[in-house]
Amino acid sequence: MATHLNPEKEKGDAALNKGDVALNDVTLNDVIFETRNLNINAVRGDGSELPIIKSVSFKVRRGEVVALIGESGSGKTTISLSALGYCKPGLKFAGGEALLLGQDVSRMATDDLRPIRGEKVAYLAQSAAATFNPSLRLNEQVTEAPVLHGSKTQAEANAKALELYKALELPSPETIGTRFPHQVSGGQLQRLMAAMALCGDPDLLVLDEPTTALDVTTQIEVLKAFKSVIKEEGAAAIYVTHDLAVVAQIADHIVVLYNGEVKEAGPVDVIINDPQHPYTKKLMNAIKPLPESGQGDDDTSDHLRDDAALKAISVSAGYGVGKDGKPAITVLRDVNVSIERGKTVGIIGESGCGKSTLARVFAGLLPPFEGELKLDGNPLAASLSDRSRDELRKVQFVYQMADTALNPKQRIKHILGRPAQFYGNANGLSVKDQVNKLLEMVELPVQFADRYPHELSGGQKQRVNLARALAANPEVVLCDEVTSALDTIVGANVIELLKRLRRETGVSFVFISHDLSTVASFADEIVVLYAGRVAEQGPVDKVLSPPYHPYTRLLISSVPEPRIGWLEEAVATDEAASGIAGNVELTSVGCPFVSRCPMAIDGVCDTQAPPRRTADQKHLIECHREINELV
Amino acid sequence: MFSLILKRLGVGLITVLAVSMIIFAGTKILPGDAAQIRLGQQATEANVAAMRERLGLDKPFIVQYANWLTNFAKGDLGVSLSSDVPITSLIGDRYKNTLFVSSLTALIGVPISLMLGIMAAMFPGSLYDRILTFVSVSLVAAPEFFTATLLVLLFVFALGIGNAVVVGSTENKGLFELIAHFALPITTLCFVIASQLIRMSRAAVLNVMSSPYIEMAVLKGIPRKRIIFRHALLNAIGPIVNVVALNLAYLVTGVIVVEVYFGYPGLATLIVQGVQTRDFVLIQGLGMIFCLTYVVLMLIADIAAYASNPRLRHPK
Repeated sequence: MATHLNPEKEKGDAALNKGDVALNDVTLNDVIFETRNLNINAVRGDGSELPIIKSVSFKVRRGEVVALIGESGSGKTTISLSALGYCKPGLKFAGGEALLLGQDVSRMATDDLRPIRGEKVAYLAQSAAATFNPSLRLNEQVTEAPVLHGSKTQAEANAKALELYKALELPSPETIGTRFPHQVSGGQLQRLMAAMALCGDPDLLVLDEPTTALDVTTQIEVLKAFKSVIKEEGAAAIYVTHDLAVVAQIADHIVVLYNGEVKEAGPVDVIINDPQHPYTKKLMNAIKPLPESGQGDDDTSDHLRDDAALKAISVSAGYGVGKDGKPAITVLRDVNVSIERGKTVGIIGESGCGKSTLARVFAGLLPPFEGELKLDGNPLAASLSDRSRDELRKVQFVYQMADTALNPKQRIKHILGRPAQFYGNANGLSVKDQVNKLLEMVELPVQFADRYPHELSGGQKQRVNLARALAANPEVVLCDEVTSALDTIVGANVIELLKRLRRETGVSFVFISHDLSTVASFADEIVVLYAGRVAEQGPVDKVLSPPYHPYTRLLISSVPEPRIGWLEEAVATDEAASGIAGNVELTSVGCPFVSRCPMAIDGVCDTQAPPRRTADQKHLIECHREINELV
Repeated sequence: MFSLILKRLGVGLITVLAVSMIIFAGTKILPGDAAQIRLGQQATEANVAAMRERLGLDKPFIVQYANWLTNFAKGDLGVSLSSDVPITSLIGDRYKNTLFVSSLTALIGVPISLMLGIMAAMFPGSLYDRILTFVSVSLVAAPEFFTATLLVLLFVFALGIGNAVVVGSTENKGLFELIAHFALPITTLCFVIASQLIRMSRAAVLNVMSSPYIEMAVLKGIPRKRIIFRHALLNAIGPIVNVVALNLAYLVTGVIVVEVYFGYPGLATLIVQGVQTRDFVLIQGLGMIFCLTYVVLMLIADIAAYASNPRLRHPK
């Protein structure tokens, strides 16, 4: 499949380029896509224009993957979409050229672009779940573009799709196309989107953050599939991402963008190993390597007391109404977690493992059907409505999306003033002073009190979101994926802020994240959840060093490292071989990890719940294997 | 999905029962006595008492209700208090009239309105879209008698075609004669339902058009027609069938102004007559028929919406 172009297509390409022969004489067979001083403006409501993309030039050659890297607002998605001659609503091309196979797509009419889109250039969006039409079968969507464009008959397109399903290692490739999007998993859908893009044999693929929303384990699986399929199909690709570690695995060239301008560009090894521009260096520094051992701040011990601030004892919880008082779906099973005063407990696990469910149990939003909660050593009511105002004050929740958690019609001073007033005022300050103090705590200027949430950036909104929880003067703050929606650098700054707050206030944090390296850089203790069970828990350095639970080992080995060649090593391990392609399944018998575990014991792991073993004083592992086998 | 439909059927049945209780209780607490009304003011005490016994009005409330409901289920709606005729025969002809007008209106009005609305969604902000929006909003604002008057002025008086008043019943008339008779009321009703249907179908399709999978279809180079009819419409069926069902129910039960204006005997004017003559039995029967119409139409709409949802049709 190295030279995949069919004869008609090459004829077409030649015809396309006839007009520009003088211009593209040398690069004709080489450069697939090129921008020359491309400018894109945003059109404001009053008709005035604001430059978004400023004179950007770069080239993508055949068989090459060029990564556009930068944070949100850097214009990376906008630039990548220019390859399809497309601007998001409210944007317009404002000079320069976007040459796809020598043809300036930025000046073409929509009707002329239609045969190019999906045929010469194909797009892969960030969220496959949103990109697939929920009402159409997968195969129809995958084969639609080439069939409608007339480049393939339905039978040819089906054959191509089947070939791609096999290459992308999708389960039951013969029949997966007859399913609907909701009937396959997230990682499978992401790979099906790649099949959809590749079905028309495009010359250029545009991949827009295609692995950002995925769990690390799924990310490996998808990256591996993308990389091999791009290579086999011989296509060129533009890979848009904010994650340098991912870029190091897949890209040949890197273009670093900031504020719509190219800051630095070059081959991947040069940029990764020897970044020159200060912004690139900052991006590299924001990547948190996994701590080896002995991590975790120890200067919080003066806040320690005998009883834990918040404790869950043998908690089981789930959703829906089932038989004999049990929920229809049991998510958490026999979870024991205690959050010491002034300590930070990180909760990790893939999506569907019950991380947010555990936070909801602590917050009283989801009363458990078994087990009990304790606050400062006293029993805590399971349901929010049975808790006293003081108990409510002590446990606060910070949501992932500040955008939806903050009332858009309220000024910041009201958002922060209301809880400050409601939970009383310990130190006799006026509400206004309290709001100012809270803003200072989260390192925002006091002038922000009069602003509305939409006038703030994503990172600033997340700080307000955090200040809202702190306004109650809590003992435990539950942070659910608070940095996941933020850019690397902004997220790192929020983590720094959390560290400072923990030091200064003695508040305990429960930090939920699917991002192991973020958790490791911040938490004192880690709880690894798998399918609602605690697979492993203990101090950070103990959990992140052997002996491991096999699941912890899989998670650790799946965190991408910003070095070239990491992906090939990672997929070659035993854990990857048995674990990365699996799904989280809630089971009531045996160890839920059994189907993905390289060390599973037949007849034991699938029938009996794993025993809780003590590896070290506070380091617990739930596994049928002996501790010394897990090293 | 099967269990979902069963559940929905159950809810529909409960709704009908609840409404039947309200209708029955409502007509019972009104002043006046059915036996007295039936016999007139001159009747003697003894006659009234005998009539009460015959009508079962001396029995306890619950028993009366149960009898009424079982009779209704058997298709016996009782005898009119004002004219001594069975309610079913009173309703019969008018039901035909109403069904004829409403089904013809639906057949013409619904497809045209949906097409217009979907076309407006295809070119949002275009001149066509703006004109259509203006016209449909104006039609919403205009009361039915105003639309009807304009139509009569235009067709009957200016152009000299069609009938300003519908004469007689549907019987003994050919289809074309019927259509000539009913053309103006049907046109008026088409305008009334069109305004809402156009606006709702436009909104439903536009809502879907802003989803990421539509942007993806655009970026795949799919032609606009296919994007609308294959990608967008499938996902807009749920809200659209609901609006259609509500409008159909309106056509059966709520067209009183149009019926009065054109003077054709339909169900809506019959219930007004029932109220004027204090004919409780007639009101009860019609109330139940209207309720059933609504419940059945909404049931069909909901089942259609379930069927259009792939998550329900093809569970994991």
